[in-house]
Amino acid sequence: MIVRMTIIDERMTGPDGAADRGDRAAELHRLMSLMTGDEKHTAAATSTLDVVRVLYERVLDVSPDRAGDAARDRFYLSKGHGPMAYYAVLVDRGYLPEAWLEDWGSWDSPLGHHPDRNLVPGVEISSGSLGHGLPLAVGTALGLRAQGLPARVVVLVGDAELDEGSNHEALELAAALALSNLTVVVVDNGSSSYAVPGRIAERFTTEGWHTVTVDGRDHDELESALAARPGRPNAVVAVVEEKR
Amino acid sequence: MNPRIQFARTAADLVETDLSVALVYAEISGQFWGDVERRHPDRVINVGIREQLLVNVGAGLALTGMRPIVHTFGSFLVERSFEQVKLGFGHQDVGGVLVGSGGSFDIASGGRTHQVPGDVALMDTLPGVHVHAPSNSREVDVVLRRAVASDGLHYVRVVGQTNAVAHAGEGFHVVRRGAGATVIALGPVLDEVLAATEGRDVTVLYAHGVRPFDARTLRSVLAAPEVVLVEPWLVGTSAHVVADALRDVPHRLLALGVRREELRRYGTAEDHVRAHGLDAAGIARSLDGFLGAGAA
Repeated sequence: MIVRMTIIDERMTGPDGAADRGDRAAELHRLMSLMTGDEKHTAAATSTLDVVRVLYERVLDVSPDRAGDAARDRFYLSKGHGPMAYYAVLVDRGYLPEAWLEDWGSWDSPLGHHPDRNLVPGVEISSGSLGHGLPLAVGTALGLRAQGLPARVVVLVGDAELDEGSNHEALELAAALALSNLTVVVVDNGSSSYAVPGRIAERFTTEGWHTVTVDGRDHDELESALAARPGRPNAVVAVVEEKR
Repeated sequence: MNPRIQFARTAADLVETDLSVALVYAEISGQFWGDVERRHPDRVINVGIREQLLVNVGAGLALTGMRPIVHTFGSFLVERSFEQVKLGFGHQDVGGVLVGSGGSFDIASGGRTHQVPGDVALMDTLPGVHVHAPSNSREVDVVLRRAVASDGLHYVRVVGQTNAVAHAGEGFHVVRRGAGATVIALGPVLDEVLAATEGRDVTVLYAHGVRPFDARTLRSVLAAPEVVLVEPWLVGTSAHVVADALRDVPHRLLALGVRREELRRYGTAEDHVRAHGLDAAGIARSLDGFLGAGAA
């Protein structure tokens, strides 16, 4: 096993280090612009930016110094494609140094085009192959519950990722076992082939999930939907502009 | 006792006695776990007929520090869900104990869909995996307890074929010493190997620990260049570890196991063992060809 590194670097920007909220969006875009070489996934990266920001800035009970804390909340980025927004937020929140961004994807960099939990501080699952994060999150929600831990699991999937059948096995069991510590956020940028309008929310609702559809760019709407603990599994469909 | 029933009992006992153990299954073997599931519903989890989910639920539990035992028929556990095994456990770098029943022959009358001769070869593609082939109920109990108590990823193959004598240790047991060839029995083929080698001056090694492979004992007992490998799963699965163990030693290897071709026959486990030449008579015929009839 690779031991997670603790980074002390004067270039790190802590949660309170970057100025006010208005500047933070500009700062995150600056950080994302440092990462080049995965432009085919730029749309995937920017679609998730606001959801990931709201989770780390307003919802999750996590911090860089609590990596080993069993009671921390878990964020599983299932859709590992285009992780630029995720890495930018992790830099902004003080998990990793900005200096890591520029040579991402290189031999010497811990930052791949799909994240590896064994290489990147703060990353909870290694993802990239679609359809694994939600099933893993179901197991983690069960593990937290069995140990009496109050922490929650939030898993981010893409609308096209839900084409993978493994997700449907998972969302059925999550509802059947009433996993109230599990939230799925579906970032819907209209990527799925053979999509049927409204199908995603309907599917979760039919299985017994609490389901809400929000503007995936509206931070207050996202916060309200993602912070909710409705007493059963919670699905948030975050609609963003269509991928072009 | 039937090895699968022993597995069910030992797994239930581990759930009862260790709060970090979770048992995850997909309908199969649920008939054995009614009581323990009622007592520990948070740690005994039936996911239904959802095998991709089965494996990743186990891995997700492991991500919270628990030790999952994950079970269904081997074909659905490691063939249908192999990417989940590779990524959920391997790539995440978390441990667990996967227990596949059925093996190559148990469900002979069920046909190809329920036979998994390729499981050991498939699991062998993963780094650091432990593969166990316990060959009677006593070995199942010992192997499962040890795998759950240790860390890392383990695959335990629980099948109906048995050897008469149980061996506790993980490495090779030197069952017989001879001046001629070395015959390696992996898993529940030892009794057939002993019958097939009767009267031959050969060394017989047995292990239920298939990976890691006990290269040191093999090297230490080698008395002649001839090595015969007998394993009740895909033929040649362990040939590469024998080759590696003896890479600086001139040797000749005969690998016996389940042949690649699909037989499209039903019948019994014994029928299939015989058809693949893994009964005593079949092994003896192969030895005659490789070593010369009646020679050591």
